[in-house]
Amino acid sequence: MAAEKRVFFRSRWLPWLLLAPQGVVIGVFFFWPAFQAMLQSLQQTDAFGGSVEWVGLDNFRALWNDPTYLASFQTTAVFSVLVAGLGIAISLLLAVFADRVVRGAAIYKTLLIWPYAVAPAVAGVLWLFMFSPSIGIASYWLHALGMSWNSLLNSRHAMALIVMAAVWKQISYNFLFFLAGLASIPKSLIEAAAIDGARPWRRFWSIQFPLLSPTTFFLLVINVVYAFLETFAIVDAATQGGPGRDTSILVYKLVYDFKALDLGGSAAQSVVLMLILIVLTVIQFKYVEKKVNY
Amino acid sequence: MKLKFLVSGSIAALAAFSAPAQAQTEIQWWHAMGGPLGEWVNDLAKGFNDSQKEYKVVPTFKGTYDESLPAAIAAYRAGNAPNILQVYEVGTATMMASKGAIVPVWQIMKDAGKKFDIGAYVPAVAGYYTAPNGQMLSLPFNSSTTVFFYNKDAFKAAGLDPSKPPTTWPEVTLAAAKLKASGSTCPLTTSWQGWTQLESFSAWHNVEFATKNNGFGGMDARLVFNGPLQVRHIENLANMAKQGLFVYKGRGNVPDAAFISGECAMSMGSSSTYGQLNKVAKFAFGFSTLPYYPDVPGAPQNTIIGGASLWAMSGKPAEQNKGVAAFFEYLSSPEVQAASHQRTGYLPITKAAFELTEKSGYYQKNPGTDVAVNQMIRKTTNKSRGVRLGNYVQIRAIEDEELEQVWAGKKTAKEGLDEAVKRGNELLAKFQAANKG
Repeated sequence: MAAEKRVFFRSRWLPWLLLAPQGVVIGVFFFWPAFQAMLQSLQQTDAFGGSVEWVGLDNFRALWNDPTYLASFQTTAVFSVLVAGLGIAISLLLAVFADRVVRGAAIYKTLLIWPYAVAPAVAGVLWLFMFSPSIGIASYWLHALGMSWNSLLNSRHAMALIVMAAVWKQISYNFLFFLAGLASIPKSLIEAAAIDGARPWRRFWSIQFPLLSPTTFFLLVINVVYAFLETFAIVDAATQGGPGRDTSILVYKLVYDFKALDLGGSAAQSVVLMLILIVLTVIQFKYVEKKVNY
Repeated sequence: MKLKFLVSGSIAALAAFSAPAQAQTEIQWWHAMGGPLGEWVNDLAKGFNDSQKEYKVVPTFKGTYDESLPAAIAAYRAGNAPNILQVYEVGTATMMASKGAIVPVWQIMKDAGKKFDIGAYVPAVAGYYTAPNGQMLSLPFNSSTTVFFYNKDAFKAAGLDPSKPPTTWPEVTLAAAKLKASGSTCPLTTSWQGWTQLESFSAWHNVEFATKNNGFGGMDARLVFNGPLQVRHIENLANMAKQGLFVYKGRGNVPDAAFISGECAMSMGSSSTYGQLNKVAKFAFGFSTLPYYPDVPGAPQNTIIGGASLWAMSGKPAEQNKGVAAFFEYLSSPEVQAASHQRTGYLPITKAAFELTEKSGYYQKNPGTDVAVNQMIRKTTNKSRGVRLGNYVQIRAIEDEELEQVWAGKKTAKEGLDEAVKRGNELLAKFQAANKG
């Protein structure tokens, strides 16, 4: 991160005035709904709001006692590790390659950035069609190679499908940041290492990767949040949490229960999800940030 | 003096011109019908609007069933609900339990002074939306039911008689075996597995799906679809799956695509697939009644409807309610019903509409279109009137999840159904707690 630039305002209220619009947006679109969700999670209400009953932590207790909810913790953990891990690794690799290319660089970069513009639901449907056990072109090839691909009944296949769709979408975003990060590394450092006889692999791990660590850390936080929250549309389009519940990540069950009009239960789930993400982000800032060289 | 006269004169003229030619009461109708069905909805509204001048029905497409319902609820909570809302059949319990959010159909018709004879409606259709005391709560709008469809060309290739579809489950198994022998990779599949293989299956065999008359008798109803007959049936399907005779193709109506493409030779699903099949199928297809087990007494009884009904929302001015009642009357007229039935493949909701269609020779010209109706025209029993359970959307998801585990071989039929019943009953208890008092 660049050194902080301190800006001094002469008037006392101008900074607050300038921050006010953003503050209002955050207040209305984040804090207010979050507060309402917390209230709703303590209530048992019928869909139309005709009868509202305060039930304390009953909704949370019901979640705790639901073995399928606990199982979805594990599913979400596996899913997020795969999505964040693969997303960062693959895009880092592509960024390193793209950085070295001189001819046609613009073409590669455009193609690699393009998937970011695709809506998550569209991405889910795209991959669903490609890998559909009945009509997908990719499943046709897999069958030809002797693999019986069936994402409808095989949990591993279904998980692979949603991981692929989610990673594909996020690679563009990560790629952009890594590319910018790599470009900001002074070429002189790399050339010096090359003169000293370091091979590309060594140059990468000793120089480029440590200097990329702020970007990597930032992307880690963003990718984890993405895997937890923004992948709902992909799961909804591709597997609907199936087979059984084996791809039912936390956010999927949450939205499904909301659409089924279980307002207290889905509010409780959203509170739990919010707490998990807060804890994860705090952990990342507390422990991982120590290793980041700014 | 002259100026004053001019000014007041022009104000009066303006007022006269700006007064509306007629004060039309607008009726807001939120629905979930997209595509060709959306055009059907718009045509219905236009037909009503053209037939009289007092009211104007304004239909608005609000997304799928499970998007439009939360949208309407949010609108209601903000005081902005539509006049008429189309709600899917599994949302019936939720709508019924809503305190004061809706005005029952019988009441809105009575208040408007309209004649309303519940006996004119097809029992299996109207019964689903009727309160225990016999009064109709919502107007059946697009009701389909479960039917069996088969690929006549595939039958011929397998040496089966294409004009004689299998009607019992042993016959279906034999046909599937023959189809597999002739090279079919998917002899049998099913859409809406919860609806076709558990709910409608139970009603078709006059066996209880849930206690308290499948939930009609009270919110303390509990699921019992893990009874011996249902376990036997799911076990049969699981065995067929192991032999490659039954192939699972996904949830909801996704498997319809497998049948329409010709991949699967036999399937079970909604009667409303007829319109689509007619348009795009590249093979000869046939409709038939749902298969049954011949050794079960009382089978076949009748099947359960799917689709949606129209609910009148409360808190609206009396004039608008009169318009809603007029629109409902228009929708129930035999001509409109018969035309809708023939256009969409949805069931006619009144007996008069069915008779009108029959007299016009429509069923002869389009064989197979009367299968759905014939399954429904019978008198219903307490176990076959339908299903009315709270939190039913989630229970359907549970049915899907547990059945998938059975098809994947991870659970036996009994384990899967027992688990589904256990989890579903927890949701029913929750619904009961949330809606008591």
